[in-house]
Amino acid sequence: MSSKYETVIGLEVHTELKTNSKIFCGCTTEFGGSQNTHVCPVCLGLPGAMPVLNKKVVEYAIKVGLALNCEILQFNKFDRKNYYYPDLPKNYQTSQYDLPICLNGYLDIEVEGETKRIGITRIHMEEDAGKLVHSGSTISDSNSSNVDYNRTGVPLLEIVSEPDLRSGAEAKAYVEKLRSILQYLDVSDGRMEEGSLRCDANVSVRLRGTEKFGTRTETKNVNSLTGIQKAIEYEALRQAQVLEDGGTVYQETRTWDDAQGITLAMRKKDAEDDYRYFPEPDLVPIVISEEEIDEARKNLPELPDAKIARFISDYGLSVTDSTILTASRKTADYLDATVKAGADAKTVSNWMLGDLSKMINENGLTFAESKVSPENLAGMISLIEKGTISGKIAKKVIISMWESGKDAETIVKEEGLVQITDTGAIEEIVKQVIANNPQPVADFKGGNGKAIGFLVGQVMKESKGRANPGMVNELLQKFLND
Amino acid sequence: MKISQEEIKKIALLSRLEVKADHISTVEKELSDILSYVAELNELDLEGVEPMAHAVPLHNVFREDEEKPSLDHKLALSNAPEAEDGYFKVPRVVQE
Repeated sequence: MSSKYETVIGLEVHTELKTNSKIFCGCTTEFGGSQNTHVCPVCLGLPGAMPVLNKKVVEYAIKVGLALNCEILQFNKFDRKNYYYPDLPKNYQTSQYDLPICLNGYLDIEVEGETKRIGITRIHMEEDAGKLVHSGSTISDSNSSNVDYNRTGVPLLEIVSEPDLRSGAEAKAYVEKLRSILQYLDVSDGRMEEGSLRCDANVSVRLRGTEKFGTRTETKNVNSLTGIQKAIEYEALRQAQVLEDGGTVYQETRTWDDAQGITLAMRKKDAEDDYRYFPEPDLVPIVISEEEIDEARKNLPELPDAKIARFISDYGLSVTDSTILTASRKTADYLDATVKAGADAKTVSNWMLGDLSKMINENGLTFAESKVSPENLAGMISLIEKGTISGKIAKKVIISMWESGKDAETIVKEEGLVQITDTGAIEEIVKQVIANNPQPVADFKGGNGKAIGFLVGQVMKESKGRANPGMVNELLQKFLND
Repeated sequence: MKISQEEIKKIALLSRLEVKADHISTVEKELSDILSYVAELNELDLEGVEPMAHAVPLHNVFREDEEKPSLDHKLALSNAPEAEDGYFKVPRVVQE
């Protein structure tokens, strides 16, 4: 899109909470049960069934609110949001309207090296809806649909941002950061593919430099981080083109088609949808004391921003490395544990971002499941520092550690990988290599300094990588310059 | 307090109730009477009074986060007007 238009984005993120039971009944929240087996009179909305609020949902909501710098409403309540769609067996969703649990927060995101503060309008608690399976290939060519109410009543938090985002990249960074915080708090899996984190994007465009917002559309069905960015970029471009062609952008709900990479109109919104909210008579209000809020604040874990700052100041890591290593709490915990076991943070970071990440990714694991424990990695690093093994040999040792689960010292002993630091032994090999390679030797003596690299390589090869590289270099120089 | 026929049609749609054309004027009169009666409340001076969130002076009724057995699958579907493969079956959900 040309710089003529500016994109304005607000996001509504729904996150399923990691509770054992549903928000208003004891049915399990487990994902993937066979259809309609996790249901009871309460979540099926049978007449006379009474909901009772799950305490954990309130605790989790307070945690998220505090982590997102919100004000916690000490008096909040549930309301009924009325609409007719078969994914809601009661014909209303139990949600929060005018007194949600959290208001007025913010989240700082980093885009292209700049920090930007994104306002959080509100966070409210509500119940998830059921899942429809349509008989046809799309909703419009289906004559009937099948409904599974297992997901109905799974607790959700809806986190609504201010229209402060200005590009698809910013929106992606926002959701990424939000997901990371939810995972740090251990309140949500944040798995977009499984639908435990879902995102609706309100997008509008306006002439750059103008104040007034354009007409917005709401794009649903975005279920990946890259999808968020692509859907918003597509939608902004579409709206700008409509305006350029002299047309009108309608306020409507659109759906993101990931395969085609386009948004499609679903339904027009006639002004505001008429949800006829009213206070939920079956649930009493929630009162939260100052002490409970203070207690929750005290118990918050160290969040990504604080961790990044600590990795930079205490460990001397770069901003980029700190950001990568704190994106997941498991990764950050692994680094902390290895440093605690006595290793230098910068060295640990290099191994984590290099060889170890590669093995972890290849096996589809997380750092929490690494087959090289933090203690074993620290042990290997200490062997390098002591000069027992070279960095090059360590690359072999770490693979053996991964495969066998043994510690570095055992592997080095068993496989005879101890570094050769005996001058006499290295001299023997150096002399032999010089005798066997007259041409490179002549090249070096003729002024081609680079030829020594080949000779170092030959010595290392002869010693099966065990010769101390510094000593090899030194001895080669000595003999060649004699 | 008078309610218009337009409003009645809108409310009927939102409530998924059918109001026959020859019945609308009756509904109009009845609803207007009810609204007028309730409208007496508007005469009260409510300056500084907090809106009431609930009729019962209770708060914080919670349950612990514990799983309880769900309904037997057959029983869960027993009231369904139509069922298929263990699902509740519903008619077409969008109109063309």
